[in-house]
Amino acid sequence: MNIEEIFIRNPQGVRETLKNKTVGIAGCGGLGSNIAVSLVRAGIGNLIIVDYDVVDISNLNRQFFFLNDIGEFKVDAIRKYLTQINFQVKISGFNKELTPDNISDYFAGVDIMVEAFDLAEKKRWLIDNWLRKYSSIPLVCGSGLSGYGKTNDLGVMRAGNLFVCGDQSTDSIIDGLCSVRVSIVANMQANCVVEILMKEYNNDYNK
Amino acid sequence: MITINNRDKIEWFEGMTVSDVLKKMRYEYNLISVHINDDYIPDNQYDKTTVPDNSSVFVMHLAHGG
Repeated sequence: MNIEEIFIRNPQGVRETLKNKTVGIAGCGGLGSNIAVSLVRAGIGNLIIVDYDVVDISNLNRQFFFLNDIGEFKVDAIRKYLTQINFQVKISGFNKELTPDNISDYFAGVDIMVEAFDLAEKKRWLIDNWLRKYSSIPLVCGSGLSGYGKTNDLGVMRAGNLFVCGDQSTDSIIDGLCSVRVSIVANMQANCVVEILMKEYNNDYNK
Repeated sequence: MITINNRDKIEWFEGMTVSDVLKKMRYEYNLISVHINDDYIPDNQYDKTTVPDNSSVFVMHLAHGG
């Protein structure tokens, strides 16, 4: 079996570009687990995933986990599925709680950083710390992915190296979280990552 | 004239700060992230940072859920 055949249907240049890249993902819940799966299917070579939590039955409405995973650390559970898609992908999973003081310990050196937290306060400190420390490395966030429907309200807003996917208004405390909308925004973030990584390839290719 | 989030436009005045822009837009929510053009502005700089005329200001709102 030639593992590269996974990517035969990929757009030109995507696998060859992504396989040498490293993406950091902060959080492995509704956003992070689905983003990781999409990036591995797209051909990413290296992922660094940090999450302190274990799989709970209430996660199964939107996160890439199964009944058998309940009680397992999320980073360990997702690693099984990611390597089932591509056994050559390098997954660095850390069962740790991220804080403003330790993000550099895990994510220094990534090509792109992805925010995949649940709480808005954590999204905010990650953006603040990242942009102050690593303003040259793109940060892709998710904000406003609650409820259902309202597909046309979802978008990507960019300022400098910050990309925010979602509607920036629906809130899980009021609107609830449902697979259909969470997975759209997760994939908007993954799509954003691929697009940013492919810019370099497209610039070279068009020269 | 200042453009907010590629959408809203407000009148500019001499010495206008990020705090003035937020007040004018009635953004009272504190879970936000602000850029002027491509530059990130930390929240402790909102009162001190002036916004140049014709700039594009981005105010990203952060909502719970993930």
